[in-house]
Amino acid sequence: MSTKNYIKIKNLSKSFGDVEVLKNINLEVEEGEFFSLLGPSGCGKTTLLRILAGFEYPSEGEVFFDDANVTSLPPNLRPSNMVFQNYAIFPHINVQRNIEFGLRKENLSKAEMGERVENALKMVQLEGYENRYSNQLSGGQRQRIALARALVKQPKVLLLDEPLGALDKKLREEMQIELRNLQKSLGITFIFVTHDQEEAMTMSDRIAVMDEGNILQVSPPREIYHNPKNKFVSQFIGNINILDADLKNVSSESISISVDGFGLMTLKNHQKIIEGDRFNIAIRPEEINISKVSDPNHDCNFNGKVKNISFYGESTYFYIQLDNSEKILMVSTNESKETFSESDNCFVNFNSQNLKIIKD
Amino acid sequence: MSSTIQNIYFRSDQAKAYTLLSPALILVIFAMAAPMIVMIFTSFNTQISMIEIDRTFTTGRYEDFFSKPIFSMLLFRSVKISFFVTLLTLLTTYPLAYYIAFYVKKNKMLWIVLMTLPFWTSYLLRVFSWRVILGNKGVINSALMGTGMIDEPLGFLLYNQAAVIITLSHAWAAFAILPLYVSLDKIDKSLLEASYDLGNTKFETFWRVTFPLSLPGVIGAILIIFIPTVGDYVTPQLVGGTDGRMLSNMIQSLFGRANNFPLGAASAVLMLTTVCLIAALVTYITKKVSMRMS
Repeated sequence: MSTKNYIKIKNLSKSFGDVEVLKNINLEVEEGEFFSLLGPSGCGKTTLLRILAGFEYPSEGEVFFDDANVTSLPPNLRPSNMVFQNYAIFPHINVQRNIEFGLRKENLSKAEMGERVENALKMVQLEGYENRYSNQLSGGQRQRIALARALVKQPKVLLLDEPLGALDKKLREEMQIELRNLQKSLGITFIFVTHDQEEAMTMSDRIAVMDEGNILQVSPPREIYHNPKNKFVSQFIGNINILDADLKNVSSESISISVDGFGLMTLKNHQKIIEGDRFNIAIRPEEINISKVSDPNHDCNFNGKVKNISFYGESTYFYIQLDNSEKILMVSTNESKETFSESDNCFVNFNSQNLKIIKD
Repeated sequence: MSSTIQNIYFRSDQAKAYTLLSPALILVIFAMAAPMIVMIFTSFNTQISMIEIDRTFTTGRYEDFFSKPIFSMLLFRSVKISFFVTLLTLLTTYPLAYYIAFYVKKNKMLWIVLMTLPFWTSYLLRVFSWRVILGNKGVINSALMGTGMIDEPLGFLLYNQAAVIITLSHAWAAFAILPLYVSLDKIDKSLLEASYDLGNTKFETFWRVTFPLSLPGVIGAILIIFIPTVGDYVTPQLVGGTDGRMLSNMIQSLFGRANNFPLGAASAVLMLTTVCLIAALVTYITKKVSMRMS
């Protein structure tokens, strides 16, 4: 992958009236990267995308495409195209004309135009749909037409605003893989807005997690999952157990903490915690085991009682009430060597090295 | 027994629909369809004296209509005046409706109500008020004379076709704004954004997306203005002078002072036919043109 930064966003802020929806955003996206903006609704991700498209202008800051300042360039002059959340297929013209819509100004011959449209339809596997109208297409088909209509313009950047949100689960998963493959084969930059963390994880090269107008972390999916920068990111991406901890002793190498229900522990200080920092101790559910008897392979073993069991097929979640704490621990497993039922006594065990130190 | 009838009634959607329709249906049959049929029959009769009509079938009244050039001339004039009324109304109300639909964020309903406020007064009063504006001692002439720009009142303001056109388009403006506003307001804003995003300027987007999508409203407005204004006889009578008289004034006098019911009926039938043909043509052409445009 080329390491050239195609999109640069510098000190960007946006306010609607008194409400500041984006706060001093700085972001760089590489050429050919599949980049996701992930966050809960109202976090500003769609506004950021609309600023990239040119539908909104930032209150402060600048946007660069390929080192050219495009901050005040209208959408029709930008080398980007957008796939809208509701697809925005023109209802008064057929599929063929919808896809041709953006090509009118490129002075193509009839044959070239026909070829481009045909290729675009082939790309989204909807050959033979030229004469259909929007109301004769299913949601998934509309989504593909919207994609074809944007890609036929051969944009440098494709902006996608929650394009899979309205599709059912099965179709959404198929489209995720298809979109990813398409992006790889075309080699163009995709900016993908979503509130669905799984979607962002499966498709992206990098993810920017946003909340309340701030970008909290920009990292590849694995990095975000295993080393979340703060509590919000850790909870938004996947499930996690957050434990209450008191700092007892701190050095540059290690910290000693007293964790509610688990007693005193010593962990490596990889987050460079200093005296007075607010932080949390956390562990992912799949890093905890559940067993009938104490397990000497793990350095942490605790008694508990099964409160609830949720069966998901590929994994099972156990909600365990610890004996000497109010805390309910989430444990997930895909093995079922031992069977448990609700209100069974059990042991939970994990390695203390799997505990994460997460700043607030 | 009654319970089975009730059962049948409540099971049938059609029966329920007809029950709901029946008041309107009765009114339409007795106040619209029946007079229309009587009028068509009358148009094939002959007036033989002040009060007597010969009921034998004849196409003579239609022959009368086409043999006297005044009738065709008046029919053409009616259509022409209505055409300009429709055009003027559309040109003035479309931008207004567009503004309310796309630029007014709060209190859209208030704007609509304000727009229709003048139409709360009587139609006749509004026509008279145009006489007050356009007349020899009217607002425009007194203002111009008062400022010394002219010495004598401008006579061409009132009692001609232009006065009829202005008065009628003002009278019907509210009826045009509503369908136009509804069709424009319904347009999904993301369609306009999609058009900009695909390389179109605002102007191109208007002609390729907004206008074609507002066509149902435009056709509605055209029909709503054109059909009633063709048959209007009050406005031409009050502000039209001799030059502004329309076929409807002639029909009115045939049923009144001229006392020739069959010829009046034949004129009305021909006018009705013309209006229907034009309405069908307008609908057809606008749809074709919009397909071509986008």
